[in-house]
Amino acid sequence: MKRLSEERTKVLFEKLSKYIGPNIKLLIDRPDGLYCFREQKDRVYYVSENILKLANTIQSENIVSVGTCFGKFTKSGKFRLHITALNYLSPYAQCKIWLKPSAEQQFLYGNHVSKAGLGRISENCDKYQGVLVFSMSDLPLGFGVAARSTAECKLADPVTSVCFHQADIGEYIRSEEDLL
Amino acid sequence: MGRKAKFTDGVLIKKGPGRKFKKQKDPIFPKELIKSDESDKKLSSRQKKRQKKREQKATELLEKQKQNKITTKVLKTNEKANLLEQSYSEDSNESIDEEYESGSEEVKLNSKKNKEMRGFSDDNNKWLKPKSGKKIIKRNEDSDEEQDFEDDLNDSEFEEETDEDTETKLENLDDLSDDEIGADQDDFEGDTDIDDVEEKSDSDDLLPIEKQNIKLKRKLKKEQKESEAELQLNIASQETFKFPTKESEEEVKSLQDVQQRIREIIRVLSDFSNLRDSEHSRSEYLEILRKDLCTYYSYNEFLMEKLMQLFPLSELLEFLEASEVQRPLTVRTNSLKTRRRDLAQALINRGVNLDPVGKWSKVGLVIYSSQVPIGATPEYLAGHYIIQGASSFLPVMALAPQENEKILDMCAAPGGKASHIAAVMKNTGVLFANDLNKERIKAVVGNFHRLGVVNSVITSMDGRGFPNLMKMFFDRVLLDAPCTGTGVVAKDQSVKTSKDETDIQRCYNLQRQLLLAAIDSVNAKSSTGGYIVYSTCSILPEENEWVIDFALKKRNVKLVDTGLGFGTEGFTKYRHLRFHPTLNLTRRFYPHEHNMDGFFVAKLRKFSNVIPKSDDSEVEELVEETVDNNIQNVEILLEDTEKKGNNKNKRKFNAASEEEKPGKKQIKFGNSKKSKKDVDFNYDNQKKQTKRNLKNKEHTDIKAKSVQKKQTKLHKANEKNGLVENKKNKLGQVNKKQRLSPSKPVNSETEGLYVKKTIKSKIGKKIDLEDVPVEVGLKMKKKLKNNKKQSFGNLKDKRHKNKLDKRKQK
Repeated sequence: MKRLSEERTKVLFEKLSKYIGPNIKLLIDRPDGLYCFREQKDRVYYVSENILKLANTIQSENIVSVGTCFGKFTKSGKFRLHITALNYLSPYAQCKIWLKPSAEQQFLYGNHVSKAGLGRISENCDKYQGVLVFSMSDLPLGFGVAARSTAECKLADPVTSVCFHQADIGEYIRSEEDLL
Repeated sequence: MGRKAKFTDGVLIKKGPGRKFKKQKDPIFPKELIKSDESDKKLSSRQKKRQKKREQKATELLEKQKQNKITTKVLKTNEKANLLEQSYSEDSNESIDEEYESGSEEVKLNSKKNKEMRGFSDDNNKWLKPKSGKKIIKRNEDSDEEQDFEDDLNDSEFEEETDEDTETKLENLDDLSDDEIGADQDDFEGDTDIDDVEEKSDSDDLLPIEKQNIKLKRKLKKEQKESEAELQLNIASQETFKFPTKESEEEVKSLQDVQQRIREIIRVLSDFSNLRDSEHSRSEYLEILRKDLCTYYSYNEFLMEKLMQLFPLSELLEFLEASEVQRPLTVRTNSLKTRRRDLAQALINRGVNLDPVGKWSKVGLVIYSSQVPIGATPEYLAGHYIIQGASSFLPVMALAPQENEKILDMCAAPGGKASHIAAVMKNTGVLFANDLNKERIKAVVGNFHRLGVVNSVITSMDGRGFPNLMKMFFDRVLLDAPCTGTGVVAKDQSVKTSKDETDIQRCYNLQRQLLLAAIDSVNAKSSTGGYIVYSTCSILPEENEWVIDFALKKRNVKLVDTGLGFGTEGFTKYRHLRFHPTLNLTRRFYPHEHNMDGFFVAKLRKFSNVIPKSDDSEVEELVEETVDNNIQNVEILLEDTEKKGNNKNKRKFNAASEEEKPGKKQIKFGNSKKSKKDVDFNYDNQKKQTKRNLKNKEHTDIKAKSVQKKQTKLHKANEKNGLVENKKNKLGQVNKKQRLSPSKPVNSETEGLYVKKTIKSKIGKKIDLEDVPVEVGLKMKKKLKNNKKQSFGNLKDKRHKNKLDKRKQK
């Protein structure tokens, strides 16, 4: 468990700001104690300092995961968010879309969201902004990138995809082996 | 809403049923049925008059009948029915009252005529004589068995049946085609105790098929009676179970035979003194029973013997049967994300049939049937529930975690119980979830993230190592120990055949070590906790009560009530073993009794952090000697490693010998003098090693590559020794502290941790190898091992610097 370097912190925060915008500071300034980002084997974990202190007593090679895994740094230095970060992204999301029940299953199998499956979309959503995907009963299903802005969505024909798939909760079953 | 505008003014929209609306046609009945309705038709006036007359006559007739009865009684006539018939037949031209159907009346008429033609009666006995049955049979084309005997005892057509089975009327064959009557008397059941009147009319009017039917039914009845009689005979003959000989044993092959023999033997054994075969002993009977059970349920003999020792015979069969069937599928609501009521509603909407699991749990749901795969619904993926056996709730309920506690689950995979703990703690405090298996720990990671558990540290290491890392640190520990799995045979059938004595021995040895480790890592002085819950999915006492009993002897723990409302009590004695009397506080769960997997739960409370010494001082000394020997071995080995580099086998042996004796180590730990020696010894070692490091550095100046290789070798070589020494070092530190402040062992522990941390921070700062303080030598080595690349990078830098210096000098 080590601190993130300046550079990596910047990359991480830039990525997060695409999804939750200025709400990042809610992740760091929390009323229930200090929370921090830590890195191990290129994976980034978000964890309370108290827990981190205790975890440090264990050899790092024996530690598998601490707190919540947010994602990993690729070999090229980019940051990739994992579905495991959904717990923290969904409450703070800036731009959301809601899927019709018929499109839920499609998305959970890793497909993009087409206009036909779009139930609702939050206003003033920019093109290529990170969006959180919900079911109509407000169940967070995953996240992706808006392929069309809100205004464009209204005019688009039913087959065009409005959101590119990035991660969905179906991965808990599909790829449990390499979640981290 | 409101009224619709009339957009189609002028255009008439056709109303009424559409093109596709078709009325169902009236039902078509067979002719016979329709005919019967004709009686309800309106009658003409003349017909009505006739009807009236008929009714009058009928009333008269009734009066006559009464008179007749009296007379017949006087005249010793046979039966009422006969009388009636007589009377009917006498005035056959007249209609009959309402009680009798018109059809039967006609039959009577016909039959009368027939009898005049063929039958034998008093009237025609002068010229007609009864013939033997053969001719009659010839006439009867339908059946061979039917026979008819006409008697002229009464003056009319009274007939007496000689045999129940062969009774039917013959004389009326001509009337068989009479449809009306056939329809009327469908409900004839072939009863033998019917009045003659009915009997007659029935047989008169039946279709050939119906006749056959009656015959068939009678046949069946007869067969049934015969088979019952046979069965009773059989039972009578089976009263005494014959002990199988070798020859007969070979004959028994089908599973049914085996099952029957199992039942018989169990019956004999239940009342042995009366039913036994005097030549054979109980053990012989049991031997056969065991073999039969093994073949029938496909267990191996060893496990079956264990089970037979565990259960009384009646219960054994129930258990074996229950072990064949899967337990009901249960899910646990994740109280971190949803409530049970909401989840149940959501699942019902998806077409799942469910119920609460019982009063004892507020989060469990039983799934009876489901239209969707229960492990792949969006609710499941969103972490609203987890599929978990009902029995897996129990250890966590017994553990009763509190908020803001430090809890350890030693064998956590796949994370069902551990996530339950986190849910009960509401994501506060810290939860350490450990499992040795690297593959299975991935399931824990997946489940924790899916269920939203954020207060966890997931580790993958040997659970026995926890006391070395975090001694007396946790408030509660859950140990769901690896076991043979004899309680969950339904889940994994391979248990039946794969387990033997050594497997069980291996299991309980591991379980004992794990339990001691669990107890050692709990802090008895915790304000809220100090509890250990031990559970297995096995039902064998060797893996349960015996292990607990062992722990009770070795550590300062006592059993407390599990807090579970149900379950059978644990054994206090089992065969030759006598356990601690408080073992009745543990709980056992059986598939046949509680409809959940076989399970064992015990809750221990640690009341003192002191590890009791064994009573024999001699043993202690012996142990110390062996420890000394071990130390010497290590020293020698260290020298060896300096010389040779790799001598893996011996080192492994030594490390193993150290690890295999946890009890001895503890004794050593208790003795302060020894530990002082250990510390000194460690210091010596550290000096040696730092010297070695310096030597290595000199080498680097000469030949960098070779040194790198050597260093890696050395690191590898010292890995095991280093670990062992590390352990000692820590023990030494703690001992020192204890000597300084013996009244506060808990604080001393935390200080120990603090010391460790400061050392670590020092390591974090240091880069230069030469500035390493002697005390931190070992730590540094460890760090070095972790950051090999980094250190090699440093070395390279140094080499580079040296070269630069040399150039400058030149």
